[in-house]
Amino acid sequence: MPGDLLTGLWTSNTAPQWHAADWERLFSQARRARLLGRVAWLLQTRGWTDCAPPEARVHLHNALRAVARQRQAAHWEVDCVRRAIGHLPTPVVLLKGAAYVLADLPPAKSRRFGDIDILVAAPALGAVEAALAAHGWAAMPLDPYDDRYYRQWSHELPPLRHEERGTMLDVHHCITQPGSRFAVDAQRLLADARPLQGQPGLMVLSPADMVLHAAAHLMQEGDLSRGLRDLLDMHDLLTCFGAQPDFWPALVDRAATLGLCEPLLDVLTQAQCKLGLVVPQPAWQQLQQQSARPLRHRLTAAMLAVALRPNHPDADCRSTRLVRAWFYLRAHRIRMPLHRTLPHLLHKAWLRLRHRPPGLT
Amino acid sequence: MKLGQLGLQALGKRLRGPGLAWRSGPFSIRLRTDLVAVRDGLHFLYADHPLVPGGDFCDGDITLRQPRAAWGWRRPMVQAHVDYQPIFEPVPVAHALPLVEWLLNWHVTAHGHHFLTVHAAALERDGKALLLPAPSGSGKSTLCAALVHRGWRLLSDEYALIDFATGLVHPLARPVSLKNQSIEVLRAFAPEAVFSAPAHGTPKGTLAQMKAPAAHVQRMDEPACPVWIVFPQWSPGATLLLQARPKARALLELTRQTVNLDLAGHDGFARLAELVTASECLDLRYDMLADAVAAIDAMAQAIDHAG
Repeated sequence: MPGDLLTGLWTSNTAPQWHAADWERLFSQARRARLLGRVAWLLQTRGWTDCAPPEARVHLHNALRAVARQRQAAHWEVDCVRRAIGHLPTPVVLLKGAAYVLADLPPAKSRRFGDIDILVAAPALGAVEAALAAHGWAAMPLDPYDDRYYRQWSHELPPLRHEERGTMLDVHHCITQPGSRFAVDAQRLLADARPLQGQPGLMVLSPADMVLHAAAHLMQEGDLSRGLRDLLDMHDLLTCFGAQPDFWPALVDRAATLGLCEPLLDVLTQAQCKLGLVVPQPAWQQLQQQSARPLRHRLTAAMLAVALRPNHPDADCRSTRLVRAWFYLRAHRIRMPLHRTLPHLLHKAWLRLRHRPPGLT
Repeated sequence: MKLGQLGLQALGKRLRGPGLAWRSGPFSIRLRTDLVAVRDGLHFLYADHPLVPGGDFCDGDITLRQPRAAWGWRRPMVQAHVDYQPIFEPVPVAHALPLVEWLLNWHVTAHGHHFLTVHAAALERDGKALLLPAPSGSGKSTLCAALVHRGWRLLSDEYALIDFATGLVHPLARPVSLKNQSIEVLRAFAPEAVFSAPAHGTPKGTLAQMKAPAAHVQRMDEPACPVWIVFPQWSPGATLLLQARPKARALLELTRQTVNLDLAGHDGFARLAELVTASECLDLRYDMLADAVAAIDAMAQAIDHAG
């Protein structure tokens, strides 16, 4: 049983000496986690690409080409968004992948992403949606339940798709759901957002908020099979921002202000264990003091370590399915109070039961 | 070693265990399944394809599984997985072989970005390649299958793989997928053609795969230089027409049929432009298959005489 070949790559000091079959498994695990571009970048920067068999190097090269092309596409797409809504009386804050690319932050060098995510002021949502519609972005056809779910409970509009280019745009009015245990006051995020150099009218979250968004996103996302990607982003951001001496204390203060100490602690623990992140002691101790329930934290850490393994039969252990199911339920509980979680999960279960694939007579 | 040299039992054992790994042109695939119909189908259609030696790297990974019966299913179904993740909707077990072909096509479009991938049939004669770019339903596979039995070597019936550096077309040498009345038309045109058992009632109607001739499969590593680009259009009742197509319009249509032009960017566009400049570009409208084949043969001979 070859196990998890993926996670250890980032902390390894020696070039991988593997059989071709193990490279095949690594690529399968990496594709599953949407990390092949990242693996290609890692191997290239460390000069390890030639360790891979020649047939495998083609895929590494293709993955880097795809990342480069995506950076170009993201610039173009963001420019289209700016032209559509740049004149409206709301800040336009880029989130996640698009923010990393436009701000030229380390995760952008190797990350693949599907959609552009933006954050706007809640009162401007109607105007933003109308302006985007006028420029070709239309809401995906959803059933009435899903549409209502997005508009009433979610922190974003239903996903928008551009009619001509087919590109996807997620318009957020906050980074967490309003009724969530991690509910964040979006005003504070917008107030602290930073203008993007060379991109008039566009902003990104402050460094601390960017990290906290990545942490909250990971912990309230029901599907952790791509969690390793978010963890790597977080690691890259922290290594980059952490070079500023006042960053770490500011991060912990900000986490306390926004009520996001719990996800930050959970995610930092994993980044230390899995990716060898170094967290300065004072900041770490201060954060641990903020966490009211050390036992719960330790239990979550043990389970997260399992859930963040590549979602691949080679890397599965006996408890994987159970742990992933638990995080799926937990993510819903974080996002919504119980009286909303239960009917929502029942509705989804009913849909799954009723689902009839085509190809029948 | 060739796939057909494995006995059915040994083949089944690999499919149920570590996976059967074989190669079509530049792509190798590993497939796992319990389905006997798939085992038999592969043994027939891919008999002349080389196996990937044990322990070597494979480009892709497919598993076909029968999911637990769900409410409303009236016949056994099969679910495809790529990298152990479900892909496409489940299909009836009787459609498993066409499903394998779709998966192999998907694999080319998802992982074949070291080539410029053009939605086109490709054939070769005397070292010169003919591309037939066309959207689905234009009769390109039927015409391709017919030419295969009139002295042209099969490179591919679905995707022409164009090398960025050299501009050569690389063969896939996979079976040719035919649908509905095309199957009977081709049987009548080339009685020597051999087919897999047809799958009825798929979303595209009845599907059957024509086996690629062994001699063509053996030459799957020999690329060829494109010389002709013919845009076919089957049109019932039409009189035969084979005429020059303006190069600008040829390039425009080729960009539409290139599935990874977005990723290939400027390099890809430059390569297509070079391809169009160097090739003879023609429109072909036809009703009877024999007329189209004769017209293409005449076209090929004209250039032979001129050259």
